[in-house]
Amino acid sequence: MEFFLQQTVNGLTLGSVYALLALGYSMVYGILKLLNFAHGEVYMFGAFAGYGVLTVLGGSSAPLVPIWLMILLMFVAAVVVSSTIGVALERFAYRPLRNSTRIAPLISAVGASFFLQAAALLLFTANSRSYDAPNLIAIQTGIPIGPIRVWMVRVMVIVTSAVLMILLTLWVNRTRTGKAVRAVSFDREAAAMMGIDVDKVIVITFLIGSALAGVGGVMVGLVFGRVFHLMGFVAGLKAFTAAVVGGIGSIPGAMFGGLLIGFAEAYTTGYISSTFQNLIVFALLVVVLLVRPRGLFGREELVKV
Amino acid sequence: MSQIGVDQWVEQSDERRDRYSGWTAPARRAFDKLPTGWKLVGVLGAAAAFPLLVPQGEIRIGITVLLLAMLALGLNVVVGWAGLLDLGFVAFYGFGAYFYAIVASDQLPAHWPTWVAIPIIVAAAALLGALLSLPSRRLVGDYLAIMTLFFAQIFVELVRNFERLPFVSEDLDLTGGPNGIPGVEAWDLFGFQINSFKRHYYLLLILLVVLIAGLHNLNASRTGRAWRALREDTLAAEHMTTPVNKLKLLAFVVGAAIAGLAGSIFAAVQVGVFPNNFALPFLITIYAAVILGGSGSIAGVVLGAVAIGYIPELLRDPGKAGWLFYIGLAVMLVVTMKRWQPIAAVTIGLVVFGFVVRFVSSAIWDESIMGTANDTFISRFVDGWVLILGEQQDLITNYAFVVAIAGVLSVVVTRGWLRIATLIPTIYLAILVWENKLALQPSITRQLLFGAVLVVMMAIRPQGLLGTRRVEIT
Repeated sequence: MEFFLQQTVNGLTLGSVYALLALGYSMVYGILKLLNFAHGEVYMFGAFAGYGVLTVLGGSSAPLVPIWLMILLMFVAAVVVSSTIGVALERFAYRPLRNSTRIAPLISAVGASFFLQAAALLLFTANSRSYDAPNLIAIQTGIPIGPIRVWMVRVMVIVTSAVLMILLTLWVNRTRTGKAVRAVSFDREAAAMMGIDVDKVIVITFLIGSALAGVGGVMVGLVFGRVFHLMGFVAGLKAFTAAVVGGIGSIPGAMFGGLLIGFAEAYTTGYISSTFQNLIVFALLVVVLLVRPRGLFGREELVKV
Repeated sequence: MSQIGVDQWVEQSDERRDRYSGWTAPARRAFDKLPTGWKLVGVLGAAAAFPLLVPQGEIRIGITVLLLAMLALGLNVVVGWAGLLDLGFVAFYGFGAYFYAIVASDQLPAHWPTWVAIPIIVAAAALLGALLSLPSRRLVGDYLAIMTLFFAQIFVELVRNFERLPFVSEDLDLTGGPNGIPGVEAWDLFGFQINSFKRHYYLLLILLVVLIAGLHNLNASRTGRAWRALREDTLAAEHMTTPVNKLKLLAFVVGAAIAGLAGSIFAAVQVGVFPNNFALPFLITIYAAVILGGSGSIAGVVLGAVAIGYIPELLRDPGKAGWLFYIGLAVMLVVTMKRWQPIAAVTIGLVVFGFVVRFVSSAIWDESIMGTANDTFISRFVDGWVLILGEQQDLITNYAFVVAIAGVLSVVVTRGWLRIATLIPTIYLAILVWENKLALQPSITRQLLFGAVLVVMMAIRPQGLLGTRRVEIT
């Protein structure tokens, strides 16, 4: 029971991060019908931005500012860097291709992802960097849940992502801009005719999706301690799986898919073996796609001739 | 360009194709006048003479290029002709390579003779292709891409982690796990060993010629036309009673068989196989070749493979890489400015700017010119006015790199004098980063280049070098 609970908390932590990332994929797909392959790299740069703030402010052993402020600043830096990259990607890699063939933006996204990965390799070298999280937030502090104790870091990750997802849902459903986002994702041309500034909506979508990815990057750094230039690829792939399993383009789908993948991974690691971890996740995706080609929450699109 | 309707665009397409414009026009018109036979003989002669003209080690590059061309041709069938976005293509290549490696090394007690192994490998790869085409019955477009991408990922996971088949046999090490399989034997065609670079090169060249001939005929056949119909509009094709599912299956099978064959040669050339040979970066390389050359055109795809396979090899040698970089820079300058006055302004401005920066920074801080220049012709010339950093080289070039990228991006969105003003510091920083950092790290530069080529290519010429422009009708 204790072990099960522990794995559940692990799954919830991982799942929250995947969900944050998956939201970025899903929102962009919903609006542009584009698989933003570079999203994982945006997340990786967010994690490095957090690391940069940490180093500049003296690291975890001799912090120059209070810890809570430090962590807040790390999140702010990550959000700024990630959303800048996200918006730049939209402007320079995807906007020129708005009216091109379907394959063109996809290839461009793959190219951008490759470029960003190499840029990170050039800037940060291939060594992995340590957030040194246990010194940042003492491991002992935590909240007891039944027989286990949940670390503060994990509580923070779970709570923050839950809050962000609730805010996002409210924003999409309640505000004018959110309504515009929904309208553009439903039918871009019709939305433009109704006077919605489509370009602006797309930029906002990229901005929010990338900011969430940046937050996710710092969270992963805090929980797992390590950041490196290839981290975006695997996490991006997983988050992408989450978005697809949930039904790409659907916001609740992305959240649900993220949690599902997180749990699947945690239980596989706990009960079977970590070698099977990726395999189970990918197999899950293949099975879901075969049974429901549009994902769990996706809506069937009618093709008009 | 003024906006015109889709119908007008389609109507004018032939006319547009005949009319060349710009500075390449005379060369292209002259090239068009040559009879096809001559062109073929010329290309083939050059390819056949290649190993005789270059040193032994360089033949290896030729082999890489030919393998890439073969793979690009296979991918072109699936993506370029049938229009199925297959991101799992590299798995068939890996499958062929691993299959050959297993039956031609000490992984299994019995070694298979080559003439038995190769047909079986090709058939098995084709079968695997048929299997992967089954989801394409229901999944379309992006979802098919996702599914196939994960197929490729699962393949790499399997060979890396499951070298011993669980539940079957614990002693039999099939794939060697993360260490791969070393010591793969050469092809042995009835006693004739294909064991040198030269022999591998000619084997590949012969196979490639046969393949191109076959694909050319296939493209002109009923099946080829049906594939194109499928690519342009699946729904319409289906209504015209085209057997859509059968054609999808056939495209996957042909692509997979070609990849399997290429894989089995690759295993023999490399004398071993490793999981990372078949990871995503290589898939992107194949895609880059197909896209750059022009998806759908045989000549284009081969040209793309030559470019993508050969240019990165140039980068290994700092001297040649330097030429490539500066020529590329000059071409970009000409393309962005077009007229000679601004080009001259930028060039003069650049050198003046360089001397000023060098003068100011050396007065403030000695270290900024203390580094030693790269030992190539251009670098020595550049040494006079570009900072070659001594201390803290990494930190400063990192910032310079980021600012240079921001500069390149802002050149795209600025016009007129502002563009010239942005270009000068951007080019200066680019040269600075190149001389201080990029020239010393060819493998990273190659990755950067690939990524940038894909993005830029999509933005300015999505149909590739020799592809035909298509109009998406929605």
